[in-house]
Amino acid sequence: MAKKIPEIPAASLADIAFMLLIFFLVTTTMDVDSGLERRLPPMPPEDQEEDDTPPIKERNVFVVLVNAKNQLLVEGEITDIDELRDKAKEFMANPYNDEDLPEKKIETVDFFGQVEITKGVISLRNDVGTQYGTYIAVQNELVGAINELREELAKQKFGKPYEKLDSDQQGAIKDIYPSRISEAEPKKVGGN
Amino acid sequence: MSKFRKNDTKELPPISTASLPDIVFMLLFFFMVSTTMREVTMKVQVTVPSATELSKLEKKSLVSYIYVGTPFKQYQNVFGSEPRIQLNDQFAKVSDIPDYITAEREARDEAEVPFMITSLKVDEYTKMGIVTDIKQELRKAAALHINYSSRKKER
Repeated sequence: MAKKIPEIPAASLADIAFMLLIFFLVTTTMDVDSGLERRLPPMPPEDQEEDDTPPIKERNVFVVLVNAKNQLLVEGEITDIDELRDKAKEFMANPYNDEDLPEKKIETVDFFGQVEITKGVISLRNDVGTQYGTYIAVQNELVGAINELREELAKQKFGKPYEKLDSDQQGAIKDIYPSRISEAEPKKVGGN
Repeated sequence: MSKFRKNDTKELPPISTASLPDIVFMLLFFFMVSTTMREVTMKVQVTVPSATELSKLEKKSLVSYIYVGTPFKQYQNVFGSEPRIQLNDQFAKVSDIPDYITAEREARDEAEVPFMITSLKVDEYTKMGIVTDIKQELRKAAALHINYSSRKKER
């Protein structure tokens, strides 16, 4: 009779597996990356003539300036960052059709029919010396203002939060409150 | 004598550890699936700013990272203490960004290129000058979809 082959000991298998586990625990990260998503405007072609787009009326532009000391100038007034969101919301919504706030044009949107859509544009300009943290805070407030308006409209029209709507409904709301945040072309200014 | 022998047989059998490897492997697979490999060695100090209106970066494979911050202590005598750009494992200049974007594009499938996102991990105390320069380079390279990496702000 042939000799019985002894069983391979499996006691060390656990140790090997633990070693692999610890290796993966050390070399991997678990955090989900998140951030503010933006789209940059494409670069204008080099040979572009002086731009022939009609000038935008002053009442349609919401000017936000941030200086090197991280102070905000919103529509010519020194503003605290906590007030920026409400101001931006008021500008984009223009609930009482104020003369100083942006014009509206009538357009047809699915689900809503004829609605007034604002022509407002938010313009953001920062200094070279502005801190990145402040810049992100300002961006965050502006994006937040538009998101809040969309949220309110979604609740009012569909009775559901914006996230839960299907893509057609979201698209309709996006048409009414477009995310128009423009960043000024950086200018090289003398000095430092 | 027989008395002793009886005692021997009644001893508690040792707990079987045969299933231990299975349990550990289960843990191992869980971690392998739910985590991502750390891709680069950080050479700059980055504390990203906090924000509330966040969106998640869904597909990690489509994201290329640009780090900006002050170099760590051990690199400061060579690279100084001003904020620097880090691409992959090295310090870089602003003019290196188009090459980096091209390299990142070539590493991906052609069909995936339009969906690529550039994630900017910038320290909150960096001045905007360098960030604006990076944005201009990204526009030139037509890498327009960007994400300013930030933490969730507790309200």
